[in-house]
Amino acid sequence: MVKLLCHRLLLAVPTLVIVSMMIFGLQKMLPGDPVLAMAGEQPDPQVIQYLQHKYHFDEPVPQQYLLWVKDALHGDLGEALRTGVPVSTLIAQKLPVTLQLSVMALAFAMLIGIPGGILSASNRGRPLDYGANVLALSGMSIPNFWFGLILILLFSVHWHLLPSAGYVSPADHFWLSIKTMLMPAFVLGMGLGAQLMRHTRSAMLGVLRSDYIRTARAKGLRWPTVVIKHGFRNALGPVVTVLTLLLGELLAGAVLTEQIFTIPGFGKLIVDSVFNRDYAVVQGVVLCTAICFILLNMLADLLYILLNPRLRRGS
Amino acid sequence: MNTRDAVHDVPSASRPTPIIEARELTRHFGGKRELFTTTPTIYAVNGVSLKVQAGETFAIVGESGSGKSTLGRLLLRLLDSTNGRVLYQGKDITSLAAEPMRRLRREMQLIFQDPFASLNPGMTVGRIVGEPIALHGLARNGGERAERVAELLRTVGLQPDYAQRYPHEFSGGQRQRISVARALAGEPKLVVGDEPVSALDVSVQAQVINLLETLKHSLGLTLIIIAHDLAVVRHMSDRVAVMYLGEIVEVARVDDLYDTPMHPYTQALLSAVPASTPHARRAVPVLGGEMPSPTEPPGGCHFHPRCPHARPRCQVEKPVNERVGDGHVVACHFWREIQNAGGSPSLASHVSAKLEERLAWYRAAQARAVVPGVSDHHG
Amino acid sequence: MTTGAAAASTHAKVASPTKRIRNRALARFVRNRGAVVGAVVVMAFVLMALFAPWLAPHDPLQTNFLQVRQPPSGIHWLGTDELGRDVLSRLLFGARASLSAGVVSVAIALVIGLPLGLLSGYYGGVVDIVVSRVTEALLSVPFLILAIALAAFLGPSLTNAMVAIGLSAMPRFLRITRGQVLVVKTEDYVESARAIGLRDGAIIVRYILPNVLSPMVVQASLTIATAIIAEASLSFLGLGQLPPAPSWGAMLNTAKDFVDQAPWMSIFPGAMIFLTVLGFNLIGDGLRDALDPKE
Repeated sequence: MVKLLCHRLLLAVPTLVIVSMMIFGLQKMLPGDPVLAMAGEQPDPQVIQYLQHKYHFDEPVPQQYLLWVKDALHGDLGEALRTGVPVSTLIAQKLPVTLQLSVMALAFAMLIGIPGGILSASNRGRPLDYGANVLALSGMSIPNFWFGLILILLFSVHWHLLPSAGYVSPADHFWLSIKTMLMPAFVLGMGLGAQLMRHTRSAMLGVLRSDYIRTARAKGLRWPTVVIKHGFRNALGPVVTVLTLLLGELLAGAVLTEQIFTIPGFGKLIVDSVFNRDYAVVQGVVLCTAICFILLNMLADLLYILLNPRLRRGS
Repeated sequence: MNTRDAVHDVPSASRPTPIIEARELTRHFGGKRELFTTTPTIYAVNGVSLKVQAGETFAIVGESGSGKSTLGRLLLRLLDSTNGRVLYQGKDITSLAAEPMRRLRREMQLIFQDPFASLNPGMTVGRIVGEPIALHGLARNGGERAERVAELLRTVGLQPDYAQRYPHEFSGGQRQRISVARALAGEPKLVVGDEPVSALDVSVQAQVINLLETLKHSLGLTLIIIAHDLAVVRHMSDRVAVMYLGEIVEVARVDDLYDTPMHPYTQALLSAVPASTPHARRAVPVLGGEMPSPTEPPGGCHFHPRCPHARPRCQVEKPVNERVGDGHVVACHFWREIQNAGGSPSLASHVSAKLEERLAWYRAAQARAVVPGVSDHHG
Repeated sequence: MTTGAAAASTHAKVASPTKRIRNRALARFVRNRGAVVGAVVVMAFVLMALFAPWLAPHDPLQTNFLQVRQPPSGIHWLGTDELGRDVLSRLLFGARASLSAGVVSVAIALVIGLPLGLLSGYYGGVVDIVVSRVTEALLSVPFLILAIALAAFLGPSLTNAMVAIGLSAMPRFLRITRGQVLVVKTEDYVESARAIGLRDGAIIVRYILPNVLSPMVVQASLTIATAIIAEASLSFLGLGQLPPAPSWGAMLNTAKDFVDQAPWMSIFPGAMIFLTVLGFNLIGDGLRDALDPKE
């Protein structure tokens, strides 16, 4: 097990290195001189010089990269252009917000997706399955920013049930916080839930066809027990794998959802920094995302191996 | 590195350059060092030396896992050897560069075992058979190529208009014929058949074997047949090499091998061939156990754990090829002592005296019963 | 290949197995109601995009400050936007941006991903290691985030958005291709190609490529759906099609500020995106079921 963990960690290192190089390379793609872009309307030669030194533009590119990495390892990802707030501080502030949104969205997704998938698989071929599949496909096809707008139209504008924007920290006011997050979390969770339902369905279908399920039924066990106790436990592996895939979509969805609902989270940070042409922030944020993802994928790999006793021995 | 006598004799009549020769060919798989483990090494072929003369049918027999398929591919350089050399018509081709090797391939072809996997499903038969012709520029234009393809198809016993069809429309036997046609398209000198009939129905096997034999004679080919069916091998080969766990244990002319096998493994293999009559059965100890995995070959003589004649020396010292007779070579320490342990059931039927007597009565009775209606009650 | 002097064959001309598979798959596809619906929907949008100039009742760029944010009426069937432009006309022209973005992005992804996947799968070795590491690195950033980052650095425009989306989608195609190549590579018929002395290039093109295309087709269809949403998202964020050119995503971007005053601005563009994407997803699903030998 420990050997496996080390193996995976070591494999992740080159990936991390390449990602960091690519992200660093992004800024070299910019047309024109980034210093001039940062210096603003009236380029004061002193300001230019200062900026060039600060961002190490006067040094060769590989050196710039190494310095950037060194800083990043120390937690220094640069500063926001206008406010001068360190990027790491920004991330620390905004990540918990997105985390709350994500957790609630995942809750919705699992509530919709997993039972939906199990039900669908158990009723294969019948109208319930067909209908569920149509619903799932629709859920996957709806752009979540549009879905958000529609919900705002209904629940905020028309019926005045839920707030359409803003954020309340749970520390301040728990239930209001939940209420404010309800619509965004639902919007975000729905697309994920649709995909989760389809994957759960196919995983369950694969499992339900197997011989040990037939044995369980032959033993006389009641169908729901069979499905859940025997079936789902074995379908758990692929479901966990899918969840990790969906994490990527979660973040991407968060970007759009936070924009619609004006939630000051990690996603909105990306969008705002792109609008402000605050490239240092964009780079820092993307790097952070990539690192999280690689680590999460590793975790998912390990979880999958843990769940599947057959893989635990050897690689 | 085992020092093995590279004496590998040929019938003493003449010693022309063998068309293909292997010298201490070795091929190991695996053994790669990964992060925390090393993949196990598979000792597929170890120090194999043999010579095949032009125009003969040379058979390589052995069980699954003996390394015979690997050896076949090593000879054609479809696999590169870990060690050792391959000589074609006397020239060392072991490290021949890619481009000259590709040109050389025209002269040495391979027929695969599985007829259902060896033909590109997306190409018509005509394209499959015509590919070598086009590749080596043996036809001046499409029309000529089509003619050659038609002729090749006729040669292997298929209708020329099959050229427009696709492989999946044919049976196993027919597909194998298509493979043969493709192998012949480049006008090769040497054809290696990797278990060419193992995957076919028994009734079809005979047809394909006969086809190969006929072609060999009419085209002057050299055939190397890799097989595990000893009956097939006896029928069509001139010389036979027996492989066990990556090494050649015995080589002989076919009749010598079947009549007087020297190596205990050969003897055991032959004893398993069904006898034609009950009287011809021999009482030879059945071979126990299984062939060990090629990743852990036993020390000394590979065969010693299963050999009924094994002695302490066999566990430690590797046997060397020793000349037994004319063109007969064996790798065993004690072949002289084991010599009389037996051969295969002979082809000629062994009739008992009692049966002979009864047959004589029957024939006599038949000779007398010329007049119809006169019944005979003799047996 | 015609045989020179062959007599007329009594056997009817049979199609190539690839064609036969296609015919069988087509039959299965057609039987799948969802897939057919998807195909019809997509066809409708393609026609809409092609014939927009003739179908649109008004000029999509024509502003009219007297008719700002008008609800649907007889003149403007779907209302007007914040600059008085006809929503319906803008929708019809917006189909062009979305569909072309979907197709071009996937084309870019294929053009890069397919050959790279073929080469890295076939040759293995250092090439494969490098390509695999880079692919993994690209895949470690969520698709949309990557597209946003690329689009941000390239600068906002529809073309740049297409490039960004294409590059972000490329790793998936590469991975699928490479996986298929690894499977096909070990088949006997590939070895037989080497045995007759074919060069690597011919082997890859004649023996490996045709057997790799099937899953690629499914992935392409599903990726077009993703690409359309991605383009809409990028335009929504101001990174794609710049105004005043019509794009469904950009329309939603302005619409969100007028949700209460002019809901029709929000409803219709999004519905268009939804339907188009649903159509491609249905097709992709249908293709997957039709080409899957197990079902």
